[in-house]
Amino acid sequence: MVMFVATEATLFACLLGSYFYLRFQYGPQWPPDGIEDPKLLKPLVMTAVLLPSSLPVVWAEHGIRRGQRWRLRAGLTATLLLGATFLTLQATEYAEKLKHFTMTTDVYGSLFYLITGFHGLHVLVGLTMIGWLLAASLRGGSFGAHRHDRVRNAAIYWHFVDLVWIAILFTIYLSPRL
Amino acid sequence: MSLPVETTAETTSSAGRGRRRPPALAALSGLLLLAGCGGSAPSALNPAGTGAIRVSGLWWLLFWISMAVFAEVMAVLLWALVFRRGTARVRHGQPLRFVTVTGAAVPFVILVAVYGVGLRDLAALGDPPDRDAPTVEVTGHKWWWEVRYEGGSGATANEIHIPVGERVRVRLRTDDVLHSFWVPQLMPKTDLIAGETRETWLQAERAGRYRGQCAEYCGTQHAHMAFLVVAESRAEYDAWRARLDAPARQPQTEAERRGQQAFVQGTCAACHAVRGTGAQGRVGPDLSTVGSRWSIGAGAVPNDAGHLGGWIANSQTVKPGNAMPPQPVDAAQLPDLIAYLRSLR
Amino acid sequence: MSTTTTPSPGISREDLTRLGAHWGEPASLRSWFTTVDHKRIGRRYLVTAGFFFVLAGLSALVMRTQLARPEAGVVSPQQYNQLFTMHGTAMIFLFATPMLFGFGNFLVPLMIGSRDMAFPRLNAFGYWVFLFAGLFMWASLPFGAAPNNGWFAYAPLSSEAHNPGLHMDVYALGLLFLGISTTSASINFIVTALKLRAPGMSLNRVPLFVWAIVATAFMVIFALPALNLDNAMLFLDRRFGTHFFDPSAGGNVLLWQHLFWIFGHPDVYIIVMPALGIVSAVLPAFTRRGVVGYPLIVLSIVSISIISFGVWVHHMFATGLPQLSYSFFSAASTIITIPSGIQIFAWLATMALGRLVLRVPLLFVIGFIVTFVLGGFTGAMFALTAFDQQVTDSYFVVAHFHYVLIGGAVFPMLAGLYYWLPKISGRMYHERLGRWAFWLVFAGMHVTFFPMHLYGLFGMPRRVYTYRSEPGWDGWNLVSTAGSYLLAVGLLLVLVGVLHALLRGRPAPGDPWEGDSLEWATASPPEPYNFPVLPRVHSLHPAWDARTAESTTTGATADRILSAGRRTLVTSELDAHRERAVEMPESSVKPLLLAGALLVLFTSLLFAWYPVAAVAALIVAATIAVWLWPPRRPDEELGVVA
Ligand code: HEA
Ligand code: HEA
Ligand code: HEC
Ligand code: CUA
Ligand SMILES: [Cu+2]
Repeated sequence: MVMFVATEATLFACLLGSYFYLRFQYGPQWPPDGIEDPKLLKPLVMTAVLLPSSLPVVWAEHGIRRGQRWRLRAGLTATLLLGATFLTLQATEYAEKLKHFTMTTDVYGSLFYLITGFHGLHVLVGLTMIGWLLAASLRGGSFGAHRHDRVRNAAIYWHFVDLVWIAILFTIYLSPRL
Repeated sequence: MSLPVETTAETTSSAGRGRRRPPALAALSGLLLLAGCGGSAPSALNPAGTGAIRVSGLWWLLFWISMAVFAEVMAVLLWALVFRRGTARVRHGQPLRFVTVTGAAVPFVILVAVYGVGLRDLAALGDPPDRDAPTVEVTGHKWWWEVRYEGGSGATANEIHIPVGERVRVRLRTDDVLHSFWVPQLMPKTDLIAGETRETWLQAERAGRYRGQCAEYCGTQHAHMAFLVVAESRAEYDAWRARLDAPARQPQTEAERRGQQAFVQGTCAACHAVRGTGAQGRVGPDLSTVGSRWSIGAGAVPNDAGHLGGWIANSQTVKPGNAMPPQPVDAAQLPDLIAYLRSLR
Repeated sequence: MSTTTTPSPGISREDLTRLGAHWGEPASLRSWFTTVDHKRIGRRYLVTAGFFFVLAGLSALVMRTQLARPEAGVVSPQQYNQLFTMHGTAMIFLFATPMLFGFGNFLVPLMIGSRDMAFPRLNAFGYWVFLFAGLFMWASLPFGAAPNNGWFAYAPLSSEAHNPGLHMDVYALGLLFLGISTTSASINFIVTALKLRAPGMSLNRVPLFVWAIVATAFMVIFALPALNLDNAMLFLDRRFGTHFFDPSAGGNVLLWQHLFWIFGHPDVYIIVMPALGIVSAVLPAFTRRGVVGYPLIVLSIVSISIISFGVWVHHMFATGLPQLSYSFFSAASTIITIPSGIQIFAWLATMALGRLVLRVPLLFVIGFIVTFVLGGFTGAMFALTAFDQQVTDSYFVVAHFHYVLIGGAVFPMLAGLYYWLPKISGRMYHERLGRWAFWLVFAGMHVTFFPMHLYGLFGMPRRVYTYRSEPGWDGWNLVSTAGSYLLAVGLLLVLVGVLHALLRGRPAPGDPWEGDSLEWATASPPEPYNFPVLPRVHSLHPAWDARTAESTTTGATADRILSAGRRTLVTSELDAHRERAVEMPESSVKPLLLAGALLVLFTSLLFAWYPVAAVAALIVAATIAVWLWPPRRPDEELGVVA
């Protein structure tokens, strides 16, 4: 899983690198004419939702290592809710933005939707993993102090999804204001 | 098949280069010279431009260094092959010093040296022409070259005239995909980048006709996207520039007149321009001087009446995929059109 | 055809039977689709990659036939452009890397003394994906819809506007699909080599071939994402109207090139690195000694894989970037030759201080040295920007990369093929036939590609479907074409040699060459469990080491027999101290199903059946979910307290 995350992280690095490359090749005006700087309030709220969502995962993982299944269940549920909230917020953000520009408007639009959409997809995959773990742990007989590899792998993935968001927050939302 | 207009420069060089080298070595490099330098190929080893001459010097340096290192490798290999046969298990020997010295230290010294030479040559290639040097505006199209001169009004295609001995700026743009501007005997390549402008320069040290070709894969007819650089005296060059800005030659014979009419009133004018007529299309090459062009279709076929007729009737058989559709020209009109176009010199 | 299992001292007949029962697979059709045995998968990789090699090679022969004379009309320009693109793409992506991964798959567990790869099912999955992706791409050729934009597919010629039709969708989707296989195989190699080494095989005793495979796998992990992103953007541009490579809406065509070569340059080392590993693996047997300078070679491998990420702009020397950046990338490209020089001279020293046994594998290694060094020199020449601007995109470059690819990758592969054929098939090859094949391939290679240096310098650009008669072009092109036929005959003899060995070859003993690494310390072909007793390693050359031999015979211990289940040993990353025995997964059809679902997904994306694609994506997710669903175990075993 660490290797998988490494290759995914490289992918995001390339993606954000492409953003900056296109931006600096484009010229002084960025985002291009007609598109305003992204608003900060909503993404900051989204950050406030997503970032803490790693904590229940950590707590849950520590729990199952000690054989405490209830902590696994509770922690995963909390993360699931936080992640879902994040995705809902993202959907409302999209609904607003799509009125102003889309993926086909210009390269800024393409980048915005590709980067945030790709991250959203990762959140979705992460949530699927969490949901899957939750289902397995509710069934019982799946995880315990001696078997929690899958929990650890999903946790690593979730932390990664979380951290990448910081980089995206900086790139998409903060950097145009610098 | 070879085109009637050959692209040679007066070859004086191979003798000159040969003299500097001992005979045995010259024999080795003779392999390289075999056809490419002495003949009329657009060979980088038969340079005639300031830029290409510099790079060919670099090439020979690299060539001889490589030969020397290769000889060293072969010597060790052959020595082992001849003297070290057998089947007994060997245990001794970790000659790390030999490996680091021959494999790393010696190459490092060589490489630093040639890197320095290479950097010097790169700087020389990047040395721009004077501010008021003549400027050729070249636009790449799938699959031909549009040629204009800064400050001039006329245009031509697939043919660039430059004054010999002068450094001429070449400004490169593309109308569609990437292309690359390459005249092996004059100057290394510069790519034409969609959405951007690039500059290079040409400086011919000898008068002559030098073949150039698109070197970046650009689709179906990348193979037929050649052009010709004509380096001529300043007076000839000035005359050419004047001709480019003047109206095209008027038809003189009856057939030419009929041809002109067919051209201007037919489909041709939608895409082609002939200066001083109603034909002002910008999709295809400007045909005001097409009669004197070195080829038809950017090197696809020689420029003679037969090939011209074939081209007009259906250029797709000549250069499949090119952007000029087959033309609905009457069999009766074709000879007139040919006569007219050939008169445009 | 396998040798019968006679119990050796140290292991009882019952243990052998039990091992056979746990690891053996019945010779049924079902097991053919469900196998997870790394040796079978490795063989499949070799055969499939070989098949794609023949297809790509035959494409090259058609191209050479077209180019034999000026203005020939063997194929149309559209056909030629698809042929050279498929030739390049398939050789790089469907032949070179998978072939070497095939060797890796077969050999890595054997060389490190393990019973399988770390993730056997992932391994099977990777193979099926590779097979399907390859067929997916080749299937487009008969329909005239194959990729036609060159193997590096520069924008904007790849855009919908300039290149309508499915051509470049096949390219983008095919490579994305294939990338799944390459990535999963790489992860597998890394974990296998780090965790499953035989006890005692500390990092400084790991065979060079394994080092090379691991370094390669790391390069894949960090290089492939750039290509995947590039292709994803291309597909979005073409299908959904985004503008990443569209300058008229703020996009940038050079972004494609940067991302492609950030992948593409490491990729050429991804190809050559395991091949150099083969050279290091073959030499000891035929020079009768260990390779000189083991630490230096490891150092070279590691430094090449790092520096290779810093040279990509040397493929863009004519795009008119700032001179300062050129001088940087030129310096990096110059420096990267040094580790190769170290390896070459280490091998030369090995030969000069050893005793040469001139068998076919060694012949190919010698052919490798001669050819690769010449190709490396032209590479070092390109590193100088000024020279590269003159020869880039000419046949001189085509000469360079065939010298390094054929000399640097194909020759070592052939050396490896002859060397390990006895191990893989249990049969010896025919020596005389092998020699003939070598000389034909060697001569054919040089007759084909040496002249390309010449007509490249004489001004012939690459990727032209025909050319005008020029002095120095016609004659040498004809020579190249003749050479390519010679080469094809040589390769045909290789094929004949392999078939001959399989059908008629003498049975091979476990160790016909007195090789030095662990794969020679077991039967030919190895039993499904590889080693009856997992060996203990005491030196860099375990198969030459009496202590290791003893550890599997009189010194065998139950903790290295592990016959109670389908088990192998996990050891620590650095020192290979025993950690625990792990249970390995059994054969399963899920890998095949998952790969099949992916094939449906990519095919429906290709034909824009998006609802089908959505369903396929759900099936993919469901298959993964079921695949990984934890088996139910009692709470005590799991260790649940609350
Ligand atoms: C197996 C694949 C492989 C390998 C190993 C290499 C090895 C090298 N390559 Fe090559 N290369 C390709 C595959 C490979 N290449 C391909 C496929 C392309 C073209 C892609 C395309 O356009 O389609 C390409 C193109 C390419 C270019 C771009 C050319 C262009 O398009 O204009 C450059 C430029 O720098 C380059 C450089 C190098 C260098 C410096 C090495 C070095 O690693 C070589 C090092 C080895 C040696 C130098 C020999 C041994 C050393 C000694 C004996 C010591 C003494 C040496 C000296 C003193 C020099 N390569
Ligand atoms: C590992 C990589 C690899 C290998 C092994 C080869 C092998 C060969 N290549 Fe390859 N080539 C590339 C990688 C490779 N190539 C790449 C990356 C490009 C660039 C593409 C691009 O520009 O986009 C290229 C481009 C390229 C061109 C330039 C095309 C152009 O620019 O227009 C040419 C032209 O001659 C060529 C020729 C050959 C030939 C004759 C062989 C021969 O060695 C092939 C020999 C193999 C066989 C013949 C098949 C095996 C045969 C048998 C097993 C026996 C059966 C045979 C018979 C029945 C006859 N190649
Ligand atoms: C739809 C546009 C179009 C029309 C209509 C058209 N042409 Fe063209 N023509 C082109 C293009 C584009 C080329 C360049 C093709 C190439 O070389 O790839 C060309 C090339 C030519 C050339 C060769 C020029 C050179 O220097 O190589 C001649 C001559 C020519 N056209 C004549 C004609 C005549 C005569 C007609 C009418 C009967 C005509 N064309 C109609 C687009 C057109
Ligand atoms: Cu234009 Cu190739
Ligand atoms: Cu490279």
